[in-house]
Amino acid sequence: MPAVEVNHIVKSYADRVVVDRLSFSFDQGEIFGLIGPNGAGKTTTIRMVMDIIKPDAGDITVLGERLSEDTKNRLGYLPEERGLYRKLTVIDTVLYLASLKGMERYPAEERADYLLKRTGMLHHKGKKIEELSRGMGQIIQFIVTIIHDPELVVLDEPFGGLDPVNTELLKEMIVELRHRGKAIILSTHQMNQVEELCDRILMVDDGRAVLYGNLEEIKSRYKSNSVIVSAGGDPGQIRGVSEKRAHRGYVELVLDGSMTPDQVLKELVGAGLSINRFEVATPSLNEIFLRSVGKNHE
Amino acid sequence: MNKTHLIFRHEFWHTIKRTGFVVLTLVPPLVILLGIGVYDVISGITKPPAEATEIGYVDEVGIFGRFTSQEEITLVPFDSGEAATEALVSEDIKEYFVIPSDFISTGTIDRYITQRELAPPAATTAAIENFIDSNLLEGKVPETVITRVEAPLNLDTTTLTATGEVAKQQGGMANFIVPGVFSVLLALALIFNSTYLLRSLSEEKETRMMEILLSSVSPRQLLAGKVLGLGAAGLLQVGVWVSLIPLLLNLASSSIGGFISTIQLPANFLILGIVYFILGYAIFAVVSAGVAAISPNVREAQGIASIYTVPAVAPLWFMSLLLLAPNSPVWVAFSIFPFTAPVLVMLRLGVTGVPAWQLAISIAVLVACIIGGLVLASRLLRAYMLMYGKRPNLGEIVRNLRNG
Repeated sequence: MPAVEVNHIVKSYADRVVVDRLSFSFDQGEIFGLIGPNGAGKTTTIRMVMDIIKPDAGDITVLGERLSEDTKNRLGYLPEERGLYRKLTVIDTVLYLASLKGMERYPAEERADYLLKRTGMLHHKGKKIEELSRGMGQIIQFIVTIIHDPELVVLDEPFGGLDPVNTELLKEMIVELRHRGKAIILSTHQMNQVEELCDRILMVDDGRAVLYGNLEEIKSRYKSNSVIVSAGGDPGQIRGVSEKRAHRGYVELVLDGSMTPDQVLKELVGAGLSINRFEVATPSLNEIFLRSVGKNHE
Repeated sequence: MNKTHLIFRHEFWHTIKRTGFVVLTLVPPLVILLGIGVYDVISGITKPPAEATEIGYVDEVGIFGRFTSQEEITLVPFDSGEAATEALVSEDIKEYFVIPSDFISTGTIDRYITQRELAPPAATTAAIENFIDSNLLEGKVPETVITRVEAPLNLDTTTLTATGEVAKQQGGMANFIVPGVFSVLLALALIFNSTYLLRSLSEEKETRMMEILLSSVSPRQLLAGKVLGLGAAGLLQVGVWVSLIPLLLNLASSSIGGFISTIQLPANFLILGIVYFILGYAIFAVVSAGVAAISPNVREAQGIASIYTVPAVAPLWFMSLLLLAPNSPVWVAFSIFPFTAPVLVMLRLGVTGVPAWQLAISIAVLVACIIGGLVLASRLLRAYMLMYGKRPNLGEIVRNLRNG
């Protein structure tokens, strides 16, 4: 049973179609990347999955059922635009929002202490939110998102504004959630984070799906017919290579299609070169993103 | 799972712990208490001493020789103005007056004092009047007539009901004091609590807290919890004021005494006070929720609130006209208009009897408007609570209100 199954959802504001017949699904224990340029319809899609707004058409199943008020207790949501009650203390904020997710006070207190300690925020628990830095506030929001141990966690731009230490901490905790079988939607502009964390992705543009599927499959679909070589010396003329592109520290060899990368490697070794690095060139997600979205905007 | 009670509890406790709320709840009773205390102290200091005072007089008519002892004041005759002035300067007498020879035709008496004053003290005037009356009438009319001339009448008014029985509430200026003060407090409570709801919703929208809340509860539960929680806090505030009224009246009555001890509150006043607070708060709350939904930020929302909360206080501006003709058709109409009804009805209850049919229509109109307002406010909340940055135009708002 997929954790989330979305079928042909449509949402319009005024006369503008913001989400246009979008469909996707993913399973428990997966991190699902939702990517796309600004205004592509990502946040609207997330709000529909979270039942904050209703789609005009199509249907959404979350954790095997149509979303209801009860299902909301099994979901955790970190919105892109963040804010908390500035005058409330950290612990009161966490406990109040945990109570809205159906948690009793005592278990919520225990779990809050655990998560505050884990994130190094325990000694700030009595402080008012307005006394915290932006990054600290973000950590508190992440704690609020996962305090009730949700089965589906939706994170909209979770790394924005975080320092490298807290970014690593958050990534560690997200991966931990995946290992514990939670389904995670990760919406971000930071393609390196998507590449590092996500199992499957959906790229949207103008409300429509541009790319959808397993990240590795997508990348191999976009892979070019070239290899990257870093060797101790000039490889010279190699059979099966139509073009050599020199970069700092490595050379990109464009294959002519008559030989496979394995065969080219054999040729290079045969030529007596000491090979430091050899890999099939695959485009970064960022390149794929620019190629796919750029194509639509041409 | 209905989470309205969780929002209710949070909003209620959060509100009553706020400094502004505590101050507004406790300050009015404390000010009144302080007023009673200050009155006690000042009246103790300024009360004229009960010791005997001597006032001189020069009788140029020649018929004012008796009744020189008037309560604490003793009137001392002098032969001439010079002699009286000498006694006044040497402080043997406090003041003196001259009854000129043509007094019977002119009625003018010349009074001489050493300290400037705004008007003659009431006790001195009464003593001189009684002295003149008694001497003029002595032997011409019976003594009881002299007493009546000195204190001609005591107008004792009784209000009868439509069936001719003695009404329970007899009216009068004194009985307007409590409804008058309560109306001012009611207007304050309505504005304070409904704009707090407005601020709270706008802040949640502006800080994007709304999105987190709506991922846990439905807009209907959120609105209901907030309206009820803040309303309960407001009700607690009004409850504190209402329950302190009898205590403060007792204190004021035993301390200030006089007309305050005659104050009677209409039997239904306290109940209607609570009912009109609840309904008044609810009508302003639903408007506040709608305004918060369409406003891009707190500042704009508060700007709009300063317009639509005007009717809550408007009846207080026209209090003098209201006192003159409390049953004018204009006041009856505004007692039915939902935004002015709460404060206006409370004011009218202090001045006159408000017929049951007017109360019934007023309450029914308020309830109908609240129900309609709730439907429209939740439509606006659903449509605009997550729309940031721009204010929708009027046509768009009307379309959303119509379509739901």
